Amino acid sequence: MEFDALILARIQFAFTVSFHIIFPAFTIGLASYLAVLEGLWLWRGNDVYVQLYRYWSKIFAITFGMGVVSGIVMSYQFGTNWGPFSDAAGPVIGPLLGYEVLSAFFLEAGFLGVMLFGMKRVGRGLHFFATLMVAAGTLFSAFWILAANSWMQTPAGTGFDGNQFTPDDWWAVIFNPSFPFRFVHMVLAAYLTTALIVGAVGAWHLLRTSSDAAARVMVSMAMWMAALVAPLQLAAGDLHGLNTLEHQPAKIAAMEGHWERQRGAPLLLFGIPDMEREETRFALSIPRLGSLILTHDWNGEVPGLLDWAPEDRPNSAIVFWSFRVMVGLGLAMIGLGLASLVLRWQGRLYDAQWFLRFAIVMGPSGLVAVLAGWITTEVGRQPWVVYGMMRTAEGVSPVAAPAVASSLALFAIVYFVVFGAGVYYLLQLMHRPAGNGDAETSPRTPERAAGITPGPSLEAPR
Amino acid sequence: MTVDLPLVWGLLIGFAVLMYVIMDGFDLGIGILFPAIRSDGHRDTMMNSVAPVWDGNETWLVLGGGGLFAVFPLAYSVLLTAFYAPLIVMLLALVFRGVAFEFRFKDPRHKQAWTISFAAGSALATFCQGIVLGAFIQGVAIEGRGYAGGWFDWLTPFSVFTGAALVAGYALLGATWLVMKTEDDLQERAYDLVMPLTVAVVAAIVFVSVWTPLLHENIAERWFSWPNLLYLSPVPLLVALAVVLLTRAVAKRRQAQPFLLALALFLLSYLGLGISLFPNIIPYSVSIWDAAAPDASLAFLLVGTLVLLPIILGYTGYAYWVFRGKVKSDDGYH
Ligand code: HDD
Ligand code: HEM
Ligand code: HEM
Repeated sequence: MEFDALILARIQFAFTVSFHIIFPAFTIGLASYLAVLEGLWLWRGNDVYVQLYRYWSKIFAITFGMGVVSGIVMSYQFGTNWGPFSDAAGPVIGPLLGYEVLSAFFLEAGFLGVMLFGMKRVGRGLHFFATLMVAAGTLFSAFWILAANSWMQTPAGTGFDGNQFTPDDWWAVIFNPSFPFRFVHMVLAAYLTTALIVGAVGAWHLLRTSSDAAARVMVSMAMWMAALVAPLQLAAGDLHGLNTLEHQPAKIAAMEGHWERQRGAPLLLFGIPDMEREETRFALSIPRLGSLILTHDWNGEVPGLLDWAPEDRPNSAIVFWSFRVMVGLGLAMIGLGLASLVLRWQGRLYDAQWFLRFAIVMGPSGLVAVLAGWITTEVGRQPWVVYGMMRTAEGVSPVAAPAVASSLALFAIVYFVVFGAGVYYLLQLMHRPAGNGDAETSPRTPERAAGITPGPSLEAPR
Repeated sequence: MTVDLPLVWGLLIGFAVLMYVIMDGFDLGIGILFPAIRSDGHRDTMMNSVAPVWDGNETWLVLGGGGLFAVFPLAYSVLLTAFYAPLIVMLLALVFRGVAFEFRFKDPRHKQAWTISFAAGSALATFCQGIVLGAFIQGVAIEGRGYAGGWFDWLTPFSVFTGAALVAGYALLGATWLVMKTEDDLQERAYDLVMPLTVAVVAAIVFVSVWTPLLHENIAERWFSWPNLLYLSPVPLLVALAVVLLTRAVAKRRQAQPFLLALALFLLSYLGLGISLFPNIIPYSVSIWDAAAPDASLAFLLVGTLVLLPIILGYTGYAYWVFRGKVKSDDGYH
């Protein structure tokens, strides 16, 4: 009975947080992109930037709204489902989330209204300032929430008084060993995610109207981003992995599907880790490459899952594959970036059909990689909720299984209906061209006739 | 000099919850009033009157919850577990109404569905908050550091009553907000709604004031013992005064006064509640001092709060200032 409630609570947490992260992964990047667009508009005065700003800010508003409502659920779920964990870890991660609310959520929320509705009411400078504040808020938010999560992964700067974790050194708590890596990796992931979506939308419109100026700007900006950031992400991920090898070796063993501790370990390209039989079946491997990647040495020693008792092992079958999905997509993004550089150099960036199709296919890949990455991180740290200190099973609220089952079912229904509709509206908005001429904005006209409040004149006062 | 950190934090959390109640109160009230205002155009205007600020308003709920997590983790853990069902339903209801702000204007074909989602979501979220309030006043069973009650302890006639009372209360805030922010037709409708809602709210206040001391002898003792009776008597007297002034303000068709007086009613009721329950954070066994996190946590967050809270109040005020005055029907950005 206890066990059932635990599994259900874990599924519920995983489900709700997975939905939530989809939105921030996109809004963090999009907020910065909007700030860049508005900055370019103010600086260069080219109207295409303000068209793009208007276009993407509508998409931003919807995504942000979904991020907010799914986020509020998260901040209460620690207490409803993870009561004992909250009681024990509250003194440490509570203040971090508190700072997130104070420094990030209020900032985003306070200036979002001005950003979305205020063009007509405040000057250009102030409006730009509001956009910048929203963008800054999303980054502050990532900073604090990742500090909290990273402390749970690699706790530091704290003691334990029998009931609760007690903070001794806040600097050490925040800048715990995995935090810098996780923060860099996640922010890059958010930027990549946004770039890939923007690029895909631009490419899609270019396939229909190859002269669409706004779509060209989208593709160009997005592909610069992919070309520059995707390789950086590989480097950041590599360092992240080295750090994890030091602090959470069991996670690495599970990601690699290694059972025996060994020197000169192979890299498994394919395999099915079997937790019962304690082996990875159907392994297809490249000799020694595993050690080279993980330790930057052909003969480096890497851990195996057999180093840990069965009850202390994370589920390799899941993280082996989630990790490969993420890295595989990361490599594909690098490929996209490289292709864009070559085509740009040849002057064919906006015409090569195969490339535009490739960019469209890659559109959602950032979101998939983000989810795969988080699954690797979170499942890989099991069975601990605070690594090495508190087991997940000790953290769960004494809520009866039927209660959790009902709430989980409700969440599933509501999220699929509501966020499903939201995603549909997003796709609808992306379907419309961002372009200039009247012909292109005409699809909006019937909507206005149906009694919708008209769009703002983005022409600022004066 | 030593600062009583749990006390400071008790007051700050109290402030955050109060801010939430009055700010999200009026925008939830807008949704609750949807069924009473039938014209689609008016509903657009109502929604636009709160669209730029609702997210900021709701952030106070996150501060209340997040703050509790940080400074009174024991209370966060026990209370949220104790109120599992109403809280989950409240969160889901907030999902429905939150997305409606965007979706309702995006999808003409399903506008009606998102209208219902907004109205029902607002009403249900409020009702659940009222239930949680009532269940909180009743007291929560605790053993060791865990919740020890049953899964439906929160469900009693009293909590259902406070749920309904809060719906009326937020509707009053919403109606007076509309009086302040709208014109002509819609404003007249709002004026008409204020008086019946005031009557309902006052009846609820009287009812809860009589019922609460019966629930727990501590509360009765706090209010009715001498000399407390003397010190506390201004609270009910001020409530009476606020009601009289509110009635006059409506009769004289004042613009902002009804809203301010409705806020005063909330403030006074909240104060009364605070007097009844202080210093318990889990009524009636755990005080703010018992539930407090270590001083290192309280002090760390307090430093930032003292710096950031005034800034937050500043730019929140600025955002309201930018959107001051009457909403015009074309104020959306959609
Ligand atoms: C790396 C970034 C990131 C991660 C891992 C999380 N969030 Fe989040 N969250 C954001 C980045 C973000 C954001 C970018 O700041 C959002 C997205 C859209 C928005 O409104 O702000 C947000 C919104 C958001 C809100 C609504 C804020 C408001 O009222 O404006 C809450 C309460 C949370 N989140 C809480 C959480 C919790 C408890 C998480 C962990 C379980 C979590 N978030 C993971
Ligand atoms: C936002 C992206 C995130 C995703 C997609 C994610 C995903 C997951 C998943 C899949 C689990 C379940 C693991 C399992 O039970 O096998 C989990 C557990 C958990 N995560 Fe995360 N996580 C994310 C971020 C966070 C953050 C930022 C925090 C804390 C601040 C956090 C705290 C937790 C906690 C407390 C659990 C406990 C439940 C458990 O261990 O099963 N997560 N998460
Ligand atoms: C290209 C090669 C990549 C490598 C080598 C890599 C490496 C890693 C590693 C080792 C982890 C687990 C860290 C831990 O839990 O200890 C991780 C997590 C993660 N990855 Fe990647 N990654 C790559 C690409 C990507 C891409 C392209 C994205 C998204 C666009 C991404 C998003 C994430 C996220 C969101 C997490 C979870 C948060 C975190 O722990 O940082 N990764 N990555």
